[in-house]
Formats: sequence, structure tokens, C-alpha cells
Amino acid sequence: MTASSSNPLTFQELILRLQTFWAERGCVLQQPYDVEVGAGTMAPETFLRVLGPQPYKVAYVQPSRRPADGRYGENPNRLFKHMQLQVILKPPPENVQELYLESLGAIGIDLRQHDIKFEEDNWEAPTLSAWGVGWQVMLDGLEITQFTYFQQCGGVDLFPISAELTYGLERIAAFLQDVDSIYDIVWARDPETGAVVKYGDVRLADELQFSVYNFEMADVEKAWKHFELYEMECKSLLQSIDVNLAALKAHTGVVSESVAFAGGDEKAMASLLRGPILAAYDLCLKCSHLFNILDARGAISVTERVGVIARVRALAVGIAKAWVNQQKAEAPSSEKPDEPEPAHKKQSKPKSESLSPVG
Amino acid sequence: MPDFLLEIGCEEIPARMIDAASVELRERVGALLTRERLAGGEIVCFDTPRRLAILASGIAAAQSDVVEQLTGPSVNIAYKDGKPTPAAHAFARKAGVEVAQLEKIATAKGEYIAAKITKKGRRAAEILADSLPKELATIYWPKNMYWRKPNERFVRPVRWLVAMLDSDSIPLEFDGIQARNISRGHRILSSGEVTISRAGSAYFESMRAAKVLGRADREQQIRKALDAATRTIPGARWREDQPLLDTVVNLTEFPSVILGSFDPQFLALPEEVLVTVMRDHQKYFAVEDSTGKLVPNFLAVLNTDSDPRGLIRHGNERVLRARFNDARFFWQTDQKKSLLERLELLRHVTFQKDLGSYYEKTQRVQRLCSWLSEILKQHDIAVRPGVIHKAACLAKTDLTTELVKEFTELQGIVGGLYARAQQLDPSLPEATRLAIADAIYDHYKPESTDDDVPRSLEGAVLSIGDKADTIAGMFALGLVPSGSKDPFALRRQANGIVKVIAEKKLPLHLSHMMRDAWAGYRGSDAEDKFVPDPQFSESVQAFFRERLEFYLRDVRGYSYDVVKAVLGADAEDVVDALQRAEAVRQVLHMPEFQAIGAACKRIRNILKQAAEKKIQPAGQFEYLREDAHEGKNLRAYMERTGPRIEVHRSKKEYFDALLLLSGAREPVDEFFDKVMVMVEDQKVRANRLALLQTLLHEFSTIADFSEIVSETKT
Repeated sequence: MTASSSNPLTFQELILRLQTFWAERGCVLQQPYDVEVGAGTMAPETFLRVLGPQPYKVAYVQPSRRPADGRYGENPNRLFKHMQLQVILKPPPENVQELYLESLGAIGIDLRQHDIKFEEDNWEAPTLSAWGVGWQVMLDGLEITQFTYFQQCGGVDLFPISAELTYGLERIAAFLQDVDSIYDIVWARDPETGAVVKYGDVRLADELQFSVYNFEMADVEKAWKHFELYEMECKSLLQSIDVNLAALKAHTGVVSESVAFAGGDEKAMASLLRGPILAAYDLCLKCSHLFNILDARGAISVTERVGVIARVRALAVGIAKAWVNQQKAEAPSSEKPDEPEPAHKKQSKPKSESLSPVG
Repeated sequence: MPDFLLEIGCEEIPARMIDAASVELRERVGALLTRERLAGGEIVCFDTPRRLAILASGIAAAQSDVVEQLTGPSVNIAYKDGKPTPAAHAFARKAGVEVAQLEKIATAKGEYIAAKITKKGRRAAEILADSLPKELATIYWPKNMYWRKPNERFVRPVRWLVAMLDSDSIPLEFDGIQARNISRGHRILSSGEVTISRAGSAYFESMRAAKVLGRADREQQIRKALDAATRTIPGARWREDQPLLDTVVNLTEFPSVILGSFDPQFLALPEEVLVTVMRDHQKYFAVEDSTGKLVPNFLAVLNTDSDPRGLIRHGNERVLRARFNDARFFWQTDQKKSLLERLELLRHVTFQKDLGSYYEKTQRVQRLCSWLSEILKQHDIAVRPGVIHKAACLAKTDLTTELVKEFTELQGIVGGLYARAQQLDPSLPEATRLAIADAIYDHYKPESTDDDVPRSLEGAVLSIGDKADTIAGMFALGLVPSGSKDPFALRRQANGIVKVIAEKKLPLHLSHMMRDAWAGYRGSDAEDKFVPDPQFSESVQAFFRERLEFYLRDVRGYSYDVVKAVLGADAEDVVDALQRAEAVRQVLHMPEFQAIGAACKRIRNILKQAAEKKIQPAGQFEYLREDAHEGKNLRAYMERTGPRIEVHRSKKEYFDALLLLSGAREPVDEFFDKVMVMVEDQKVRANRLALLQTLLHEFSTIADFSEIVSETKT
């Protein structure tokens, strides 16, 4: 007996169906981000796009690496690298929950035959200074999706907010195909011969080899060095971007940022827009990944741990701030006076890097 | 007298928050109706994960008109030579009446002019539409969010609103939603929108038709379904679990239950692990046979009416199998490293960011436990050193296991299970090994006031030592719980300490124990961040006094005045406080103690006044020839009875001591009737003050009786 239909989707069909569903609802289909991330949230398509006022809708698959979760391919339910299908809806439409439930129909889940519950699950990522509230969506007792309303990202209070839907693709596929091991999921089926390629055929080697690397062989000393190099470069990029912003302000002689952008001088403006914040963010992601490897290696002591998280967070917060400023410079008219004030302006004057949730 | 219906339609509200919010909404609406003179009959709640609703029957359609009197300037200012002045005209204009209609009224400050104005009552619809948004916006949520405007917060986005007086919608708007007469039914089992014809029972009928049940109905339906499903297994019963039931009740709008099964070979895993997976992770009820042993079945509560094709059961069984497989995998993996080998790993597990690692905590707790054992030994309570030392050493090592990383609520329990499975040091006798395992297993206990205390003495000492170390560290950093803020659950931990001490009857002095715990941090890096010593001692003492008060009142059921009186004498020795509370409770009803209470209060006042006038009592009271007869009587009583009371007291026979003390009533009453304390004769006065001081001391070593009279209800 299979969970849903006599002809369950293969892993790749599952992805295709979800992508089609969201493309038909106006999402940009992005491709997986090509720097190691721990979750789809960390890809710039989420982390940076949820900042600032511009509406955006995007969907993408994101392979997500979590070194400490590796199990050498021996555990049928755990992976070092799993795949998420990430959807960002900014701002969330009123019927966002209904849309989500419809998407389950699109992958062959007839909700009348199943039990679906939205159970409280709030999300927080200290390294990104980001948090939101939401649910884990439970289908017949299985958590298939994380549904989050973002409230803060990179220490910036968000407005408008975004809804993030994170589908756990392996889980959903295993459910649809009614298999007990992730490695038995049918990834692809040859339409002519009916021959199947399984998840294990495609991914088992990664799981084994990266577990060996992450737990046993990653060179701790070099990883620390890499971390420091990336961090240093990220910081200097951020500094140069700050200098441009300061120049722009000095030129117009006004303190208020938005006014400065409105009538700023062209050259300073151009330098600001050229500021490679995206590159800085890649460097920050590298640091985050190296932190995860060092953590998996057991190389981060108690006293260091909090400090290292704070270092990565400082980069993320600096990037988020710079990004927001750059966005404002790019589209100075986007903040009309009759629009509701952005949250980060209302709440705390001395800036919005506060790490504690406001709610 | 229309019925008023309010329904806030919301995306799924967290189960843990629904009950409190529902009560609050009813209270707020009730208070609003009363405040606005609209109150009618009963207010009924109707809450589900997707709605908070109340139905207030028979409220006033409008406020009645009221006549108010507005006071103006004084008559002297309002009239000159009998003619109204400009001030009178201005006041009349402001009040909206003719000058001729102004009246003169007498007040404490003299004669003033006043105007009577009739305030037209407002309509209920208008008042509710105006006032409800503020009430709804201020409902307390442990965690809320914004979605539409940054300053508009609620637990989850509001998606619809129903607000009706009988069959009319009222113009209420909240969080951008206009109230209509349209609600929504069950997500899956209904066709969606539901038109409400009328506020009143019609609402409940519409909801039932749309497969949405109220809380009580859901609970009943779940209980019935659990019973019915369990009956299919002969002799089995489901494990009663009210917190779990409350959760699933608030996760469903129309519940049903399925019975699933799992491979019996998983029963080889410890029951604690199986139940945790089922209850905490999957929200399943466990099923047991008539002897209380688990059977390979579970009960899942669904938010739908049935599972005709068995797909839901199949899916849940699949998930549980994966979870159990994981647990078994973790169990096996964890065995590859013994607890003792894991000790080193604790260096990498943070206890608290300023207080260092669990490795350091382990060392402190070990020392503290030996110290506590020493104290107990002095009272002939023998803690086995080999057991406590090893148990304290290994207690936290399970934090490094896969099983605890996955199921954190099993911390301690897993350590105990592993200690048992691993046999520890084979050179130890079996009894010692088991005792170590049990002490580790129990050391987080009691986790609540209803929970059991550790079974063994060593478990008790470890439980106290672990918690005292945490509290000492946090208080030393100034991280003192306040109001609803207690992120480290220090209150619960202190409640645990008090309960363990009380139930194990341990002669521990709370403040001394906490100083010992505090001393464990000496020389650590954290010390630079510590608050000054006196601040620590004061805050920790006040904190434990509160916890002891809570224990005596809320857990042991002693009345407020007994607890106040008992803790007024001493709040450091828990066992002693309990014994004194029991004795005081027994004598409280005696008229003698009501009188003694009054006398104590009086003595306190006299001594206080004397102190204010800087009049010193004599160093010791003595026989004075010139003293009054009654004073001598009282003194004689004291000399006669004092030593006997002391004997009882030293043996902690508090009831007997108090009975003897009750004999003081007569001489004391006589004394106060006949004798004046503050006389001119300095010598006599000082002597009498000394007598009273001694008397008060005598009374107050068991309980501060002045508290009894001031608080007693009789």
C-alpha cells in the first residue's frame, strides 16, 4: 500500500510539481545557491530579499549542509545534506495557508484522506540574528513543512514581512512512496525501461565521505584559518561600503539617510550601488559553514562557541544593514510617506541590532 | 435584550495559548459590558485552534440615559448682585444649558453653581465597535507577531471576524478585518464559509454542522474515542495523560482517534524512551495492559472525522517506526562510549555562558554533594560516599549522548539507564552500581510540585546539589527571577529543593547550603561578574523564603497566617518549619492563642514605642519588691514554665510546647489589665520591658503569633 496514490511521484517529479505549482502562482524559480548553506533561509534569495520594502516571490530547491547531522549513510532518516524546497512570499497573501494546502494537492495528497495539523513551531537563527513565528505542518504525524512568518532578519525588523514555506523534500518523497529509508526513495524512473535510480544511488557516497571528512579529517587548524580569512575579507568589504555611505551623507550634509539618497551626488551614489554586499554575504556564509564543520569536529570550546556565533552574527547584521541602505539608494521613492512606517524605524531609535525577539 | 456574538477567526493559535486567551477574552468582554452598563446574562466561550468566540446573552441594546451634575464656579463668582456674571454664562454654554437652569449646590468648600445634564445612552453596537478593538489588541500572548502593520500585534494573522447583535452585524473592525456574519468551518471537513443567521445558539448549531466543536465537546469526543479504540485490545487501557489531552483538544476542531501498532521488538527499548517518543514527539497516547506494561500500540488523535482507507494509521505507524528506529540507533551508538569516557566531553557542553561548562559544574556539584553529605552525617544520616561521589561525577554525562540530544526531556533518565546497562566499574558491588544508576536517573526530580522526589537519599542529595549549584551561579550573576521572567526555571528548581528536603526530612539550613554552593564558584572566571556578596545572600534568602512559603501554603495547604507566623520565627530549616506549622495549625483554633496573638501584638507595640523613645529595657528582668502583684505572677509563670517549654522545644515537640505556652494567657491578660508598663519609675519600667521582651522571645521562637491575629478570619 502506498500513502497516497498507486503511482507516487519520484523525487524529481515531486520537485518539478512543486516548482510548477509555485511558478504558476507568480514565483520566480531560482536555482540552488552555489555556496554551502545550512538551510534554504541562508541563501541570499531569502536572507537578503526579505529585507527592505520590495515585494518578492521566489521558489527554489536548496541542498542544505549540516555537518553535525551526518551519519555515514547508516541512519535511514538522517542526512548531512538534505534538500529543501523553499518558497518566499513577500508580503504573504491573505490566503497563504490555503495556497500551501493546495500545493499538497498538486503533489497528489488528497487532504480528505489524511490528517493535517498546524502545530506551533517558532523559528530562530542566532547566527543570522533572525527569527519568526509559525508552525510545523504535520501530515499523518509527519512534519512535512516548516511555515514561518519572518519578523526579523539580520537584526532588522522586517516590513513587509515574508512567509517562508520550507518543504522537507526527502520526508515528503519517502511519505509519498511509502519507503522507510531515505536511500530507498526513487529519484528517477526511466519512462521507457522503467528502470529506477534511487536516492542512495545518487547521494550515498556524499553522505559517507562527508561524514568522514566532517567528523574525522577536516583540518581544524586550517578550518580556523579559513574562517579568519573569510571573516577578515567580509569585514573589509563592509568597511568600504560604509565609507561610501558616509561619503554620500557628508556630501549632502544631511543626517537622514533617505533624504541623502533622494538628492545625493551621483558619484558617491554610484559607488554605493557598486558595493559588493552579495560578495560579502558569500564570505559570511563561508564562515557559517566553517563554524559548522569545526563544531562537528568538536573543535569549538565552550568559551569560544558563543563568541564565534557572535562573530558570524556581526557579519550578518552588518550585511543586512548595508543591504537595506543600498536598496534605499536604488529606489529612493519606494518609501512613500503615507505608507506604514517600517518596523525598524518605529521601535528602537538606537538601531535595530537587538538580538532578543520583540514579541 | 439582544444576544451578542463575537468570533475572532485566526490562523492556527498555538495549543498552549488557547485556554488562557479564551478566559481573558471572556473577562475583557464581561468587564467592558459592565463598565458600559450593557451587561446581561451569561457569557459563554467557544474556542478552537482557529477561533476565539464568546456569546453574551441578553445584553442591553443601548445604555440607559444618565443625568449628570456638572459643577461650575462658586456662587460668589457666578453672580454679582444677583445677576449672572460672564463666568456663569460661560459655564452654562459649556454645559449646554440655559443660565436660568443653573442650580446652586452646597459643597464642603462653599456654595457652587451646577448644571444638570442628561447624557443620552449610546447604542451597544456603537460602543462595542468602538471599544472592542482595544480589548482584543491587549489580549496577552506569550509570543505574538505582526503581519499587516508593525504596531499591530496578535498571536497569528486574523483572517475573519464575526460580531453580531442578534441577526445584525456590528461595524467592528480589527486588524484590518471588517466584521461580517460569515464564519469558517473545519478546514477539510466543511465547505469553508459558514453564514451565521443569528447570535445565539444558532451559532453553535452552525458550527457543529460545519464540523467545529467547542472545547468540552472535543474533550469528550476524544475520551470516548480513546476508550472505544482501546476496547479492541482485550484488557488494555490507554494511559491517562491530562496535559497531552489538553494539547490534542486544542489542536483539533473535530477530533477522532485511530489505534496504531508497532513492532513488538521495540518493546526491548526502555519504556521511558518509547513513551517520550510517543507522547512528547508524536502526541500519541501510550497503551498498557492490566499490569501497566506497555503493549505495542498507540493512539493518535486526528483533526478529521475518520480514516476510511487506513492511510492515516499507516502514515502514523511509519513515522513512529522511523522514530523508534532512530531511538534504537542512538541507543546502540551511545553504548560505544561509556559514561565515564563522556566526562571529558562535558568540557564542550555549555552550562551557562558566564558560568562555564558542564565539566566545571560537575566538579562543583561533586564537592557540594560531599559537603552536604558531611552535614547530614553529623545528624546521623548516612549518605554512601561511594554512591554520591560517582553519581555526581556521571550525572551530566548523558548530555553528550545522541539519545539525550534527540530527546532532551530524557536527561538524567538516560544517564540512569546507561549507568545500569553499562555496569560501570565492575569492581563495585552490584548494589552500589544500581544505587549510582538510580541516583543519576532521579536527579532532575521533582520536575514539578506534583512530581515524586528521588527514591534514594543519594538521589536526593544529588538533586539538591545540582539545583543549588545552578541557583547559586545565576543569583551570583544577578540573574534573579522577577515577575513572569524566569528563563532558567530557578523557581521550579528551588521548589524542588524545598520539596526534597521536606519529604526526605533533611536537616539542611537553606542559607548555609546556598553559601556553600556559592563558594563552589570561588576562583572561577565567572567571579569577576558576580554581584557583591551581601546582595547575593539577601536575594537568595528572600527567594528561598518565598519558595518555602509557597510550599507550605500551596503544596501542604497551611493557611496564610500559619505560614506567616511560622516563617516569622525562622525560614531556614524546612523540616522544622513544617513541624512548627503543624503544631501551630493544631492550636490555632484555641481561644488562648487568639489572646496570645493579641498580647504579642501589644508587646511588640510597647517595645517599639519604648525603643522610639530610647527607653532601654533592663538587661534581665528580676524580682522587684515594688513591682505589682500581676507582674510578679507573670514572672513566676515564666520561671516555672519556661524551662519546661524549652525541654519540649529542644526535642521539637512543638505541640506540647505550645500547650504549655497557652497557660500564659491568664497571667498575661491579668498583667495587661492591671499593670501599666510605661510608668514613671525608671527601674520598674525597665524591668517590665525586660519581662515583656523575654516573654515575646519565648512566644516567638516557634511562631510569630502576632501574625495570627492580624490575619485570622474569625
